[in-house]
Amino acid sequence: MLSALWPARTWRATLHALAGLPLGVAAFALTCGLPVGAGYSAIWSLLYASGDDLALTTLFVVLTVTATLSLPRVVRGLSAVQRRRFRALLDVEIPPSHRWWRQFGYHVLSLFIGVSGAAAVAVCWSATLLAWAEPAYLVLAAPALVAAPWMARVVARADTAAARALLGPSRNEELSVRVQTLSRSRAEVVAATDAERRRIERDLHDGAQQRLVSLAMNLGMARANLTDLPAPARQAIVDAHDEATQALAELREFVRGLHPAVLDDRGLDAALSGIAARAPVPVRVAVSVPDRCPPVVEAVAYFVVSEALTNIARHAHASRAQVTVDRVADRLRVVVTDDGRGGATPGGGTGLRGLAQRAASVDGTFALHSPAGGPTTVTVELPCGS
Amino acid sequence: MRIVIAEDSVLLRAGLTKLLADGGFDVVDAVADAEQLLRAVAEHRPDLALIDVRMPPTHTDEGIRAALVIRNQFPAVAVLVLSQYVEERYATDLLSVRTSGVGYLLKDRVAHVSDFLAALRRVAAGGTALDPEVVAQLLVRHRQDPMDRLTPRELEVLRLMAEGRSNHGIVDTLKVSHSAVEKYITSILSKLDLPPTDTDHRRVLAVLRFLRI
Repeated sequence: MLSALWPARTWRATLHALAGLPLGVAAFALTCGLPVGAGYSAIWSLLYASGDDLALTTLFVVLTVTATLSLPRVVRGLSAVQRRRFRALLDVEIPPSHRWWRQFGYHVLSLFIGVSGAAAVAVCWSATLLAWAEPAYLVLAAPALVAAPWMARVVARADTAAARALLGPSRNEELSVRVQTLSRSRAEVVAATDAERRRIERDLHDGAQQRLVSLAMNLGMARANLTDLPAPARQAIVDAHDEATQALAELREFVRGLHPAVLDDRGLDAALSGIAARAPVPVRVAVSVPDRCPPVVEAVAYFVVSEALTNIARHAHASRAQVTVDRVADRLRVVVTDDGRGGATPGGGTGLRGLAQRAASVDGTFALHSPAGGPTTVTVELPCGS
Repeated sequence: MRIVIAEDSVLLRAGLTKLLADGGFDVVDAVADAEQLLRAVAEHRPDLALIDVRMPPTHTDEGIRAALVIRNQFPAVAVLVLSQYVEERYATDLLSVRTSGVGYLLKDRVAHVSDFLAALRRVAAGGTALDPEVVAQLLVRHRQDPMDRLTPRELEVLRLMAEGRSNHGIVDTLKVSHSAVEKYITSILSKLDLPPTDTDHRRVLAVLRFLRI
């Protein structure tokens, strides 16, 4: 009957409430009783004791100082024990917190929770035992028997709420941990994407591009040598050759856009000439970055320039553009200016949104200045950790 | 003409060997990395080394570095570098040693067989062959200079000179008369403050000024 009414969970909640009593008493004694008691005794000794009690006075003073100084450590040790009680008996995980004074609050409170919780559970329980011994008390025992599991759970819930609030991390701590986790995972995602781009670039370079060069070369040889073929066959070779060289040029554009190999071995300055030269409007590039930035940051700077120039070609109606990259303290500043018609907005589906997102992916900032009539200036600053 | 090829892709190595053999060149060795290339050049002393930029072990700029070593140690060996994409920085490195007997072309250019073989002969004969893409990239570097005084047509002529074309080649490309090309060049030389002297090759100096090397 007991096991039907009291499932394992309830038994454990009961044990949790009972174990809370000695722990609460011990915690209160160690965190409040000892320092306050020793302190009071020390003051009293210093004020009223005669010289004979010097040893005792010294002991009280030392005890007070020791108890006070070791309070944070005692608090943390007690918190660890309490966390273990929650984990073992309630399967509740209380994440650790670094604020010891909040934990101190829990240990003060734990005396009252321990005493009242254990008392409430014990009362229900003892009424049940009483009915066992003397059936006449059954009238009294029946409601207690029904109330006991409920009581155990109420005590467990209250205690858990207090522990979560005081032993667990505060909202600020939780947020800062979350920010750390998110920053790390985002950095990992950005790095993984970058690595993936390099891998694809390398695969295409070693595979498809070489094959296509070989194909175009063979067709070129056929075109040069097979001059006595019937006209349709010859035309087919000429067309195939033109198609192959066109495909090669398109693939090259795409592959270099993925990740320019020159960025790795010669840096941002060298890599930017490539995209600037391919832009349909004349572009001037000026880069002065004495020390190189991390590869991921260089890659983002490269793509920012690439997207900004694409954007200028598509929307700005510009006749020229200027790319300036320099280093301001520990930040890499990329400025792309054009003499176009201006009026660009970040949300206008102009690719500027993607540019801002790229900058943000490494904690960079993005600023757009584009009055109607131009000129448009895009400024991106990226952290270039030293 | 004796040639050493360095190209890590087996397919292209075989293709280039065949292309050059068909074109009447003597391919004395075809190797797969920079180290073997330097050994082969030391051993065969070819007229020209045809070099791929990205080769093992790091697959970055091995070919450029090997080309620089060859240009310094074996001045008689002309160097033509091929790459999937051309980079202005590699070009300035290559041209910094000497501007003769050097070429830097996109790999795509091998598909245009006769142009490619012509470029190869030009470089082997001590000329230059720069990919138009390289020249375009060199132009984006920031500067304030007498180049701004040139007309677009003069710039075009100078660009073709930088690619290594002769007056005849410029005439063919621009479809203008010989005398017109000569007039453009005279104008370019005077705008770039290059008076006639006996000691300097003014045409080379104009190209160098253009490329900012």
